[in-house]
Amino acid sequence: MAENVEEPWSRSKGMFASLLAGPVVFLFLFLLAPLAIIWGYSFGHTQGLKEIVVDGTFGNYAHALNPLYLSILLKSFVFAVLTTGICLVVGFPVAMAITFAKPQSRAWLLLLIMLPFWTNLLIRTYALMAVLRTQGYVNVLLGFLWGGLSHALATLHLAHLGAFHPLDLLYNNFAVVLGLVYVQLPFMVLPLYSAMDRLDRSLLEASLDLGAGHLRTLFQVVVPLAMPGIASGVLVTLIPSLGAFLTPDLLGGVDSQMIANVIERQFKAANDWPFGAALSFLLMYVTFAAIALQSMFTPKGGRR
Amino acid sequence: MADTARLPKPKPGPLDYLARWPLRLWVAGTAVFLYAPLITLMVFSFNNSRRNIVWRGFTLDYYGQVLQDESLQHAFVNSLTIALVSTVLSVILGAATALLLWRFRFPFKAGLEGALSIPIVVPEICMGVAFLVFFTKVVPWPTALPWPLNLGAIIIAHVSFSFSFVASVVRARLASFNREMEEAARDLGASEWRTLMDIIVPHMQPGLFAGGLLAFTLSLDDFVITFFTSGPDTITFPVKVYSMIRFSVTPEVNAASTLLIVITVALTAIALRLQGGDAGRDAL
Repeated sequence: MAENVEEPWSRSKGMFASLLAGPVVFLFLFLLAPLAIIWGYSFGHTQGLKEIVVDGTFGNYAHALNPLYLSILLKSFVFAVLTTGICLVVGFPVAMAITFAKPQSRAWLLLLIMLPFWTNLLIRTYALMAVLRTQGYVNVLLGFLWGGLSHALATLHLAHLGAFHPLDLLYNNFAVVLGLVYVQLPFMVLPLYSAMDRLDRSLLEASLDLGAGHLRTLFQVVVPLAMPGIASGVLVTLIPSLGAFLTPDLLGGVDSQMIANVIERQFKAANDWPFGAALSFLLMYVTFAAIALQSMFTPKGGRR
Repeated sequence: MADTARLPKPKPGPLDYLARWPLRLWVAGTAVFLYAPLITLMVFSFNNSRRNIVWRGFTLDYYGQVLQDESLQHAFVNSLTIALVSTVLSVILGAATALLLWRFRFPFKAGLEGALSIPIVVPEICMGVAFLVFFTKVVPWPTALPWPLNLGAIIIAHVSFSFSFVASVVRARLASFNREMEEAARDLGASEWRTLMDIIVPHMQPGLFAGGLLAFTLSLDDFVITFFTSGPDTITFPVKVYSMIRFSVTPEVNAASTLLIVITVALTAIALRLQGGDAGRDAL
């Protein structure tokens, strides 16, 4: 981009206008307008069954501060942070293995990470449901192992284990976090990989030559150099996790609903659009705050 | 590779982390975590048992049922139509946006770039409810329209979240354009539009293709935003699968999911190959 000199728009007005018209009209009409309307609704209230009156009330936001909703917002945040943390811990070694692999195996490893990423979110979530449910493969496998162990112990007259009780792996908080990690992991690995791929390997070799161990090199050389990648990986994992709707909806139980599920309910079953609008904007503000925080972090690690 | 070749030891080089067993184990474990659920899903779509846990022999019955299911077919045709139309529109709008941002300096440019990042940063659920309100209250989309037209609201929603992705892909491609080519064309007497069409657009082509494919996959895969904009007659494939999943885990859903997985993976592989990008050339 450096050598590309942008010309002032007034030099070729005709082309500028014809390029500008479509995107700007579309952006204003079909992106900014819908969001602006929701924003307006968040300061209104429902009247009767269908009518929404925008009267500048802050009642919806006050209602959102009700401990019930506040705790759901907090829970969403905890789930998202937990998911991001697990993805970072699981994804970092994977990204490192990809970075330092030989070129042929690197392409295959990248494909390995990307392939689930191209698979529909709904289908990946469904695949997890099939694995985790009471009669799912995990429980069947555990039951089989338990049966074998119990049989072995009984023949040796050691102990009687009794019948196998399937674990409740689905419809709880565990399933939601596992589902989020499952869905978001590729989003974490890719930015980590692209950051580490750019770093100067001679620095790592220098660190090893000068006597630092691999772990020390990892934490004092690789991690600081990969910081911009870590920051963007955290962001692209955190934001979708925070606003996740499908995962808690399909994998969660009654007490593992996240903020997106509450928003959906306001717009569908509960039919309280202004309150749902206020919750949507609260979620957006939290998201923007996370982005602002990340952009404060990034320049320290060096600009791309 | 040059780093490791220089080392005299026959052992793997110090940076050859993949040769170390703990890291191999870690990568293998991650792969199992990512793939085991999907592979079991696909394998058990051929299982001749409704209970769907123990293998009872091979069957294609569920594929037959899926292919004969009219509501699934209808949903699938809807999804493809929406994806095709919204891809064409997204590529046109995205290319125009990319050219605009690449070529010109103008007031409010930062504002435009900010607006373009909205679909990337705003949570899907917020976009979904915004479109729900927009298309029911503000510009009620008529429900009784004949077939392709009733999908209009969903198509508009898909274009508005995918064209900025297309724009960023195309813009990245434009960064490698050599401005001297354009100047040469102008010097040789080509008009501004002729230069655009004959010199710049051909250079943009791989970006247009990659962006188009991205838009197609985004549209075909989207559930959350479509869920809020679709009505009873405008069910898409993911929305239909969602309603099936809500009830139970069945072999039919496994079969339908397998079909969708195969279609998306095949499309993406073709795209990577045609695009000839790094990942594509090396991996395929």
